[in-house]
Amino acid sequence: MKSVRRIAVIALQNFKESVRERVLYNLIVFALLLIGAAILFGRISVGVEQIILVNLGLSSISAFGLLMAIFIGISLVWKEIDRRTIYSILAKPVRRPEFIIGKYFGLVGTLLINTAIMTTGFYVALLYDKGRLELSDFRALGAVYMILLQLALVVGVALLFSCISTPILSAVFTLCVYVIGNFLNDIRWFGQETNSAWVEKLTTFLYYLLPNFGNFNVISRTAHGESVPGYLLLSNSLYTLLYLAILISAAILIFEEREFR
Amino acid sequence: MLAVETVDLIKDYLEGFWRKRPKRALEGLNLCVERGEIFGLLGPNGAGKTTTLKILLRLIFPSSGTARILGKDIADVSVHHRIGYLPEQPYFYDHLTAEEFLNFAGELFGLPASERRRRVASLLERVGLEESRNVPLRKFSKGMVQRVGIAQALINDPELVFLDEPMSGLDPLGRREVRDLILELRATGKTVFFSTHILSDAESLCDRVAILHRGRLQGCGELRKILALGVSSTEIILEDPRPTVLKELDRYAPSAVKTGERVRLEIPSESDVPKVLEIALRHHTKLVSVNPVKKSLEDYFMAQIGKKPATSNEKEEVRTREGRV
Repeated sequence: MKSVRRIAVIALQNFKESVRERVLYNLIVFALLLIGAAILFGRISVGVEQIILVNLGLSSISAFGLLMAIFIGISLVWKEIDRRTIYSILAKPVRRPEFIIGKYFGLVGTLLINTAIMTTGFYVALLYDKGRLELSDFRALGAVYMILLQLALVVGVALLFSCISTPILSAVFTLCVYVIGNFLNDIRWFGQETNSAWVEKLTTFLYYLLPNFGNFNVISRTAHGESVPGYLLLSNSLYTLLYLAILISAAILIFEEREFR
Repeated sequence: MLAVETVDLIKDYLEGFWRKRPKRALEGLNLCVERGEIFGLLGPNGAGKTTTLKILLRLIFPSSGTARILGKDIADVSVHHRIGYLPEQPYFYDHLTAEEFLNFAGELFGLPASERRRRVASLLERVGLEESRNVPLRKFSKGMVQRVGIAQALINDPELVFLDEPMSGLDPLGRREVRDLILELRATGKTVFFSTHILSDAESLCDRVAILHRGRLQGCGELRKILALGVSSTEIILEDPRPTVLKELDRYAPSAVKTGERVRLEIPSESDVPKVLEIALRHHTKLVSVNPVKKSLEDYFMAQIGKKPATSNEKEEVRTREGRV
């Protein structure tokens, strides 16, 4: 119980630190501007106004959420070590796993709030465009949930790299994992089509090793008025939980051995 | 129960990019710190002081050897409930105010809100930051950050406080306040373990000191014994002595320096002091002062780190008095 409280204290502190990052506000403003611009793009796209608006709006939430997750995630642990703030924290009755888990939840909390702000902006744009909101418009929340799951995974990846590398390298690695993770289904298919045993083994290995971000991409089908099926929400939630357990455990294992010279 | 105990503590750092080679930072350190004392870990830069503190606080891990804090193995993080730590050149979350940071530190110890409020207010007052309680730490000077560091180290009312170079960055007034604070901690039964390379701080505060040099313990002992060991001569100052008196004193005082009307004699042998005084009084020479010239901690320190060889007897005597060192 005490452990949970310490995790919550660290998470809250990290949340406070993250929300005071100026870059965050810039990104939110850009995202809201882009969502606003989606109205304009919708207007000039005859017949598919709403598809364009939803597509562009949700894509903005996803893209800017990703930028925030990477930019803040990569320095989560590194900054604490570089600035030596970690010395006074670990000298208190804080276990290293508590520190890592607290940092993780602090950033996920920040992303949750930012996504909520951007989603509100998205619905304001939708309301402005349509004049009123219908129940079916809230199907987009399923896509927003998938975006959040995706961001939670990206933060996990960034956290892991943050424990072992500098922010720049961590950003590169996290972005690589994200890009490859979006094309894992294609990569596996490519491996199966090559008729080369080792390429197939390699692509299959990558398919199972890296997080499959492609599974979370439901923006296009949401824009076309489809709702996200319940089984997909459930399976992706479980997948995220399992993958995060592995990522955070790996980060903890590395961090437990880390020396602060 | 000892406050701190290290047994054969060794620390090797791996250095080099491709071929990692071990570089020894600490060589078989054996230390015992009694409860309720102010213990100073002295040494020049790079001696291994911070390495020792970091091992004790589990910020780095020993290559071999064991260490205990308040009777518990250092691997047991629960002992951190009973200790405080001020890192060297501390840096804290600069977006927080001093009050928010101390509150955060108190929360990590699980202090209830009412107690936190009380301790935060009292510590801010104690370190002289009451006026700046709502100023973000990024606007603090180095000395102010140091004060916050001291306050956060005491937020849990610890039994044992580790202070790594606590006077660093402080102005003379701040140093004086920290010195008073350390003495106050001892008066309330706390143990203070601090590292410093400023010998005057150690001399004015410590009950016992240990001297580290290149990772090796060079000496450890009670400060008063170390300083008492070093009574090297006696200084006698006479007012306007006649030349015949000086001639008579010549055999006892090889060094006599005349400054104005006064003559300063340095008597190397303590047993000659009564004879010198008797001669001076017999000739009705006015006696200004008689002072034992003590070796300073600096002399002892320099001798221990090999800048000036100490006599083997001196080294041996301190070691014997302190037992296992």
